[in-house]
Amino acid sequence: MPTHDELQALALSLKVAAAGLAASLPPAIAIAFVLARKDFRGKTLFDAIVHLPLVLPPVVVGYALLILMGTQGPVGSVLEKLGIVLVFRWTGAALAAAIMGFPLLVRAIRLSIEAVDPRLELAARTLGASKTRVFFTVTLPLSMAGLATGALLAFARALGEFGATITFVSNIPGETRTLPLAIYTFTQVPGGEAAALRLSVLSVLLSLGALAVSEWMIRRRHA
Amino acid sequence: MLDVDVSARRAAFHLDAAFRSDAPIVALFGRSGAGKTTLVHAIAGIVRPERGRIVIGERVLFDSARGIDLPPEKRRVGYVFQDALLFPHLSVRANLAYGEALTPAAERFVDSERVLALLGIGGLLERRPASLSGGERQRVAIGRALMASPRLLLLDEPLASLDGARKAEILAYIELLRDELRLPMVYVSHALEEVTRLADRVVVVADGRVVAEGGAAEALSRAEVGAIAGRFDEGAVIDARVAAHDAAFEITRLAFADGELVVPNVDALPGESVRVRVRSRDVSLALAAPAGVSIQNILEARVETISHEFGAIVDVGLKVGETGLTARVTRKAVSELALAPGARVFALVKAVSIDRRSVGFA
Repeated sequence: MPTHDELQALALSLKVAAAGLAASLPPAIAIAFVLARKDFRGKTLFDAIVHLPLVLPPVVVGYALLILMGTQGPVGSVLEKLGIVLVFRWTGAALAAAIMGFPLLVRAIRLSIEAVDPRLELAARTLGASKTRVFFTVTLPLSMAGLATGALLAFARALGEFGATITFVSNIPGETRTLPLAIYTFTQVPGGEAAALRLSVLSVLLSLGALAVSEWMIRRRHA
Repeated sequence: MLDVDVSARRAAFHLDAAFRSDAPIVALFGRSGAGKTTLVHAIAGIVRPERGRIVIGERVLFDSARGIDLPPEKRRVGYVFQDALLFPHLSVRANLAYGEALTPAAERFVDSERVLALLGIGGLLERRPASLSGGERQRVAIGRALMASPRLLLLDEPLASLDGARKAEILAYIELLRDELRLPMVYVSHALEEVTRLADRVVVVADGRVVAEGGAAEALSRAEVGAIAGRFDEGAVIDARVAAHDAAFEITRLAFADGELVVPNVDALPGESVRVRVRSRDVSLALAAPAGVSIQNILEARVETISHEFGAIVDVGLKVGETGLTARVTRKAVSELALAPGARVFALVKAVSIDRRSVGFA
């Protein structure tokens, strides 16, 4: 049976991943809509920046966060005056997880928005709906399958986040020590192999579960 | 009164069209690519013209000079698309309610129960659009547009994706709506048959311009129409009135200004106005009134024009009194009968060549 510390790491992982996903959904939907439906100068560059976390070493993202969001950093110092500190906190871990999962989320939502017939949106407008209402009553509901798939992928990615997290918020038990960090820690101490193995099995089960749910949702969409 | 006068540039295409109408149904008739859809998109507010004015009654929807450009949702113009475009994630009931719910109570004048009954869609409410047939989908689309209480209904080739039987079904529903709801409609089509049947006023559009405009009989008998309708359907449209029914033989006599036409039974009361389309290819010519023939309509006529006399086929323009008619015959026949402008002939029209689809009610 997993120990208290191990369960704590699992619970923290789920909390961090859920918070990261919740925080990234609104901007991801907005950016996906802009990328799917608008044309503007610099769209390619913007698209590349959104996808950057997918190709950068996670440590680089974590280091960038540390520089920007640290209490001495240009953004972090402002946030600190507002009473918000992210560095070495679980909220910082959530931010790191959100950024790493962001490209997956945006990509899935963008694809499903692109698949919505724009003439359905026009039909809604001739029926008296404003652009905003059309988005929430037609575009978004019709993108729900892609949104759910993207959310699940981003959630799974957040559960596995290691590099950016440990660089940005360190490895503090009960605060920032998520499942991957706990596994890493157990492998570094003598006699930790059994615990590392248990947590690894737990991770595999969690990931398999997430993939199974996403597969089920894709299939239901095509049914 | 609908008053449209717009110029719009779309890539390589230039639309520059004006028309006005206070008829119950005005048809925009033309080939695909002629600019009909751009024109109705401008009326709906989906396309913004560079210049012009669009007015329904007293309401200005667009006026470039005064800087007025109402967004589509403020225009109160219903739009029925060729392929229905029902919201796939909503039930029929929710589709119908979509526009109705967005219409301020003071602006609602369409009774939803009545629309359901008129279109025969009351039994479909719990269904999903994906499970409807093409005809049902189009009826629901018309219902959805109507329930938003529009001041004008645009029907953009609403029959184009339906088969023959469904076409006839939807045409009958549109006729019913015209007679029951008193809602002005703009009907876009490239099918002469639909236009003859429905429209009192016809605007013929070609290459982004209005090339003919007027009453259905007048506009549809113009030479420009032939090129659009295709040689097969080319012909004359005659305004007539139901004179009498012959119950025994199930035929109807239609009286026009200069004569009478016998056609298979038309479902209308004596005295009602109708439009009859007589295709050129269904009209034969004789120098003397033939006896002992099955042809029911033998009209004395005068040759007005003879079209280009090369190739096998010649169009002979006729006047029966003052009513125009065209006969399509071979050049050989013209030569053998020695036809020339001014010649007296008899135009022969088989009654059965004028079927239900050739007759429209004014």
